[in-house]
Amino acid sequence: MKIAISSEGKDLDSNVDARFGRTPFFVIVDINSNDFYAIENSKNFNAAQGAGIQSAQNIVNQGVAVVITGNCGPKAYKVLSESNIKIACAAGITVKTAIEHYKNGMLELMGTANVAGHW
Amino acid sequence: MKIAIASGKGGTGKSTLAINVAYLLTRNKISVCLKDCDVEEPNCHIFIREGRSNIEKAEVAIPKIDNNLCVNCNKCVDLCAYNALAKVPGKVLVFSDLCHSCGGCTMICPVGAITEISKEIGLIKNKRTQKLQLITGELKIGEAKSPPLIKKVKAYPVNSKLQIIDCPPGTACPAVSAIKDTDHVWLVTEPTPFGLHDLDLIVKVVRKLGISHSIIINKSGYNDNIIETYAQQEAIPIITRIPMDLKIIQTYSAGGLIIDIFPEYTSYFEPLINFVKEKIH
Repeated sequence: MKIAISSEGKDLDSNVDARFGRTPFFVIVDINSNDFYAIENSKNFNAAQGAGIQSAQNIVNQGVAVVITGNCGPKAYKVLSESNIKIACAAGITVKTAIEHYKNGMLELMGTANVAGHW
Repeated sequence: MKIAIASGKGGTGKSTLAINVAYLLTRNKISVCLKDCDVEEPNCHIFIREGRSNIEKAEVAIPKIDNNLCVNCNKCVDLCAYNALAKVPGKVLVFSDLCHSCGGCTMICPVGAITEISKEIGLIKNKRTQKLQLITGELKIGEAKSPPLIKKVKAYPVNSKLQIIDCPPGTACPAVSAIKDTDHVWLVTEPTPFGLHDLDLIVKVVRKLGISHSIIINKSGYNDNIIETYAQQEAIPIITRIPMDLKIIQTYSAGGLIIDIFPEYTSYFEPLINFVKEKIH
């Protein structure tokens, strides 16, 4: 099973980025094999609008089951939830810790967008 | 010819000026149409009690996806520059408030799964009295973007060759949409530090758009030198001054026309009428 984490950097020691749509990177981790890779999100980082939607689209295309991020707006939430991707909430910890916390059931799952949309 | 009445700051007197100038022009036998492009808070119509408006819906096209025909090629999602589409299992999601109605997705779909439907963004009201024609744009509450409606109001066909465009305040997309493609901009300001600050911002906008412009000092008389110094430095003509005068304030407060109630005050508007006359002859 693959998990995508919004991240300030490209590896497991990077901090989780609280932003979903405008995070600089997503670290994608296979929690069965512990293999990971990073995808750049720079195009959406600088998008005039719809960064959350497009970031969510990229995550959908990666075939992940879970996203770990700080904040998720209504449009990104819609794309992820329509794709049956779970969203877990984390901030201020490393990617590695976030995954451990997720595995141990310590991260809260978002049942709705936790921040307002904006244009 | 189109003349825009703009200001960085709100409340400088754009609409008051626009309506008085428009009436004075018709009184000078110059046919004019006033277009209220301050679509989030259109006010010019309040000055015109007579007559009835012909109301039309203003609509833009947005895509409608037939998910049964969709072959999951993703071409529409990849094409959309505004991130208004997303492909999720079994369907394409449309985020209509991000759509700019470019029609690209409809064109690129190889199987005809996308058609265009109309989305109402507001109203266009056409009011014609014996003296004046007023076209008003009124943005629907909750609508995210005003420029599409502003463009429709500006493109609304009218008989008068002369159009006065009452612009929204500010310096971003709504103001730019209203000012763009006009022949001259009257920049209404007030002689306060706030008026000066925002005048400087709107001057930068009209310079970037490459449109000739002049300054109108409204509420003039107490601290004009701060605008005068700026105008001199920037080499922008001050075309007229409307005084800070209790009678004008009272007239405005009652929704009246200054030129009707105090005909002697028309002299303050004369330079604007003369400017127009020179331009159109």
